[in-house]
Amino acid sequence: MFGAFDYQVVIRNLHLLWDGMQITFLLTGVAIVGGILFGTILALMRLSRFMVLSFLAGRYVDAFRSTPLILVIFWFYFAVPIVVGRPIGDLYSVLIAFTLFEAAYYSEIIRAGIQSIRMPQIHAGLALGLTRWQTTKTIVLPQAFRNMVPVLLTQAIVLFQDTSLVYVVGLKDFLTAADLVAARDNRVVELYLFTAVVYFILCWLGSLLVRRLQRQYAI
Amino acid sequence: MAMKYNWDWSVVLCRAPEQAAAVTGGSGAQLPGGVSALAGGAAQTFDTGAHCAQPYFDWIVSGLGWTVVVSIFAWMIAFTVGSVVGVARTLDQPWVRRGATAYVELFRNVPLLVQMFLWFFVVPELLPKETGHFLKRQLPLPEYWTAIVCLGFYHASRTAEQVRAGIESIPRGQTYAALAMGLTTPQVYRYVLLPVSYRIIIPPLTSDFMGIFKNSSVGLTIGVLELTAQSRQIAEYTFNIFEVFTVTTVLYMLITLIVSTIMRFVEKRLHIPGTIALGGN
Repeated sequence: MFGAFDYQVVIRNLHLLWDGMQITFLLTGVAIVGGILFGTILALMRLSRFMVLSFLAGRYVDAFRSTPLILVIFWFYFAVPIVVGRPIGDLYSVLIAFTLFEAAYYSEIIRAGIQSIRMPQIHAGLALGLTRWQTTKTIVLPQAFRNMVPVLLTQAIVLFQDTSLVYVVGLKDFLTAADLVAARDNRVVELYLFTAVVYFILCWLGSLLVRRLQRQYAI
Repeated sequence: MAMKYNWDWSVVLCRAPEQAAAVTGGSGAQLPGGVSALAGGAAQTFDTGAHCAQPYFDWIVSGLGWTVVVSIFAWMIAFTVGSVVGVARTLDQPWVRRGATAYVELFRNVPLLVQMFLWFFVVPELLPKETGHFLKRQLPLPEYWTAIVCLGFYHASRTAEQVRAGIESIPRGQTYAALAMGLTTPQVYRYVLLPVSYRIIIPPLTSDFMGIFKNSSVGLTIGVLELTAQSRQIAEYTFNIFEVFTVTTVLYMLITLIVSTIMRFVEKRLHIPGTIALGGN
């Protein structure tokens, strides 16, 4: 079986694990930015007066929210090269999958945030002579996002954990890097425990930040 | 679209030769009940082709079955453990509360996939030798048991938070009134707090139940041959990825639809008269 715990194996391979962590951070960052941008568009479409837009956005969100993330990753991993006609690399197909998937979840948060802005404010904006788009851009969205900061961050923590699922297509994120080292050096216990501790500390610090922001941003 | 791709929807209907021969042909709408009849009819035409090297239809059915079985067992664990932990977070004893809070923080802040690996690869090594040996060598279907336990404990942390929120949403006055009437603390929970809070939290419990079905796909990383695993396998065998993944995606959507329909019915049946209906959309 396993001998005594060998903490050295983690320290020896710290550079490999750090390389993996950078991929994890990159995935998280791109998916947050892309997800919030596209999610905002989806939310505005969902609340739009035009039935077609609202219908399309609604079906998009429903479809992604009822599909497992792993299946979405497989969809893009296998399908994007066929549609594009040439291999584009694992990283890009995974980035597309994460952005489109997270946009569905972000759009629901953003929609709730927009709906928390009271109608009289919109009426006031329109009465002042602003166009609908100006009202949305200068009155509704800034307040909505301020209300949403804690929820958006909570979703970012979930997203950070979700990026570990790229393991299924072998992209070398933090977990996959740890897995490769574990298999090579036959040190499964040490590396998986280390991975769990690192994820725990980062996510736990994130959740403390959320709690602080909730108190600060409460209007 | 400059896309080279051979569409062939019949691959998802491939069946084992003897089974295909046994089923008499039939047509019908592609509904859960009608699939086998439709497949039986189609398979007699198509199962001779090279692309039908494997009974892909049966793979999908077996994958769907495992997804449902694993999810339902995991939900039972999640509901039981989650209720205990959720109640513990509302008790007066500080060490009980702290223990329950630690449970929730621990299981919420580690990715599900990492937890899956911990349960499957690490836990048997840390247990006493005989127990570890039993888990690794003697227990039949170890991947499936591990996935059920892992999913159950992971989702229990979410259920616990909902149970706690449900209990905390009930005015303290009701607890005081119950205690003043001479009920013991367990009786207060059994007869006053839990019956109401479970009803309040049905909508979030529903979305979490759907989450278990989706998260059961993480089991494929330790070898659980559930729906997503089977569809990937078919995709790799046939390269008919669009057909296979479309069928799988539709099946997941159907699961979501069925669960939400059942839970809406349950919610209506258990609704407390005179209170505002929750989950209106």
